[in-house]
Amino acid sequence: MWLRRQGCLRPAGCGVEELRRRRREREAALRKARREQQLISKRLLRDDAPEEGEGGCVAVILGQAEIQQFLQLAQRGTEEKERGRALVSLRRGLQHPETQQTFIWLEGSMRTLVGLLTSNQALLQLEAARCLHELSHSEQSAVAEACLPATSYLLTYLSGHSSDFIELCLYTLGNLIVESEAVRRQLLPQGIVPALAACVQSPHVTVLEALGYALSQLLQAKEAPEKIIPSVLGSTLPQHMLQLLQPGPKLNFGVAVEFAWCLHYITCSQVNNALLITHGALSTLGLLLLDLAGAVQRTEDAGLELLACPVLRCLSNLLTEAAVGAVGEQMQLRDERVVAALFILLQFFLQKQPSLLPEGLWLLNNLTANSPSFCTSLLSLDLIEPLLQLLPVSNVVSLLVLTVLCNVAEKGPAYCQHLWPGPLLCSLLGTLAFSDTEVVGQSLELLQLLFLYRPEAAQAFLQQSGLQALERHEKEAQLQDRVHALQQTALHS
Amino acid sequence: MQLPPAVHARLAGGPGAAEPLPVERSPKAGAVPFRFTARQVRFPREHEFFEDGDVQRHLYLQDVLTQVAGAPERPRVPEFTCQVAGCCQVFDALEDYEHHYHTLHRNVCSFCKRAFPSGHLLDIHILEWHDSLFQILSERQNMYQCLVEGCTEKFKTSKDRKDHLVRRHLYPADFRFDKPKKNMSPATPRATVQVSAEALGAEGEQVEGDAMEVCSEPAGERHTAGRRVLFVSEYLLPSVLVKGHHEDLKAPRKEINTSDD
Repeated sequence: MWLRRQGCLRPAGCGVEELRRRRREREAALRKARREQQLISKRLLRDDAPEEGEGGCVAVILGQAEIQQFLQLAQRGTEEKERGRALVSLRRGLQHPETQQTFIWLEGSMRTLVGLLTSNQALLQLEAARCLHELSHSEQSAVAEACLPATSYLLTYLSGHSSDFIELCLYTLGNLIVESEAVRRQLLPQGIVPALAACVQSPHVTVLEALGYALSQLLQAKEAPEKIIPSVLGSTLPQHMLQLLQPGPKLNFGVAVEFAWCLHYITCSQVNNALLITHGALSTLGLLLLDLAGAVQRTEDAGLELLACPVLRCLSNLLTEAAVGAVGEQMQLRDERVVAALFILLQFFLQKQPSLLPEGLWLLNNLTANSPSFCTSLLSLDLIEPLLQLLPVSNVVSLLVLTVLCNVAEKGPAYCQHLWPGPLLCSLLGTLAFSDTEVVGQSLELLQLLFLYRPEAAQAFLQQSGLQALERHEKEAQLQDRVHALQQTALHS
Repeated sequence: MQLPPAVHARLAGGPGAAEPLPVERSPKAGAVPFRFTARQVRFPREHEFFEDGDVQRHLYLQDVLTQVAGAPERPRVPEFTCQVAGCCQVFDALEDYEHHYHTLHRNVCSFCKRAFPSGHLLDIHILEWHDSLFQILSERQNMYQCLVEGCTEKFKTSKDRKDHLVRRHLYPADFRFDKPKKNMSPATPRATVQVSAEALGAEGEQVEGDAMEVCSEPAGERHTAGRRVLFVSEYLLPSVLVKGHHEDLKAPRKEINTSDD
């Protein structure tokens, strides 16, 4: 169930340090891209089986004459295998950006390639599709846009049956989709959404993963909320997506990752989340969360966070929908196990991916804010102390932890009774020493609630030098009023 | 972060919500100068809160984070021949055979042997090219359906349909799977536009064979009077492939002409 394809695209002679360095570079580039709202990533499906006699996988730069030669051979050669080999050579060349440029500017080249793509020779079709795939992966817009003449055929082939071929077409489409709005302006009227909806019934997991990828690229587009998501929601895709996310023996990790991200792009666009809720999104995702927590317990597998992240986000956003109150008991999220699962994941994040802690805590906030039941679960499962252990991680995490604790405390004396005596007060004295104003501010809010519903806590606070802890913030504009109020409360207790 | 054993036990337990403790709020809670209100939060798409997770997602896509291999090495098998009568292609890998079969033999018109990329296009072809009732009906109502899945428009003529494909769906004017009918019987009027055969291939040269025509048949094939029709059944395909594609083989449309052999 949790098997993933794992292979090695590691270039020869690459040490661990080198890989780490490259990863840091990529990460920095991606952060920059995201801040500029230019986050584009393409997936390359490259058959790495080395041919006999080949040295490495070095891309060869082909000149105009060579390209023409290969194309002619592919078109008019006598033997199918020979024609196929010509296209393989062309494809190798197309791995290089310079060859790509030469190719697209060569008159008739794309037309010939499309002709081969739609020919009656299966092998040539496949090889032509691979050439197209290389082009689609280019980072240069002009190259990817040169593939536009092929899109109607790629979409037509999605209704075919050859799974490898369909997979290739889907990845190619996915790469083209993300390239530019111009490409999408062509693909949408060409019927990409119905084509994907028809394809989602394929029994092949490789096809489904590719489909999820292509769809996620489509949904990530800037204009998606207005121009794409409504038609996706109007198709049969949402039901199928949720089916593919149901835990069980048929769940495939790679497929689930893609569709979870699809669902995230849909939910965070706030187009019609009520519809997803009526399809049972909350209960499906809740069960998936439980499943993930179970998997995390069984294996130290790094990579599960790739699925956990979008699931958490979807749940958090869906919970804010007013529609939640309107659907039946079945469709809501009330299961206490979700809290247990969430903490198991938080523990996992702390070790493997601390940057995801805020997202997990965001869900915890949305679960507890309006739910006495979930707040009670936090107390009965003894989760206050583990929560406090997260305080030192970062300011964002501290703020979220304190917010969740406020959610619990504000429910009244019955809840605060379980918050003190206990480690909470000591932790608060600690957070009062933080430099971040927001963290301190939230600590003050929590103290107010605690003193209000549990007056004895105020006395203990005094005895543990609480007043001194407050004093350091007396001059801070954002905090002074609250500091003074608390000082008064403590002194009068 | 230490989790109490109760947490793991609870996860393994059955569904259920905690019986909530009684809620009792004081109006002083969160009152000025305090401001706390418990509320759910939502983040829009581009919010920086999502930055870290998005970056991890894209690292994954770029194959840095989790190395995802491309197509695995294809296992070679002893050479075998395509079992479809008249086809003599030889293969040594099942995946190659799969694509060959689906491209050339799967959606084949039993009347004229043309192969199509999908059942949808085959159905339309049979209707428009080989169904005499279609010709009659199309004189009185719009019968030419749009080729794009999901579009329900129908048209009086194949030319009108092509115009629709080009204008509404941005299809190429020389879309290969929309060839107008050729060799029509004298009774039917020629209402279609001849699409230039040199639309494909460079320098006016025709790519060999008509679009998707199964070219393994000799050009002068005659249909024998009592032609035998064979349904594709399991024994025609290597049994290994059959397991994965069993569902695919059920549609009755897969008639294939066999010549007497």
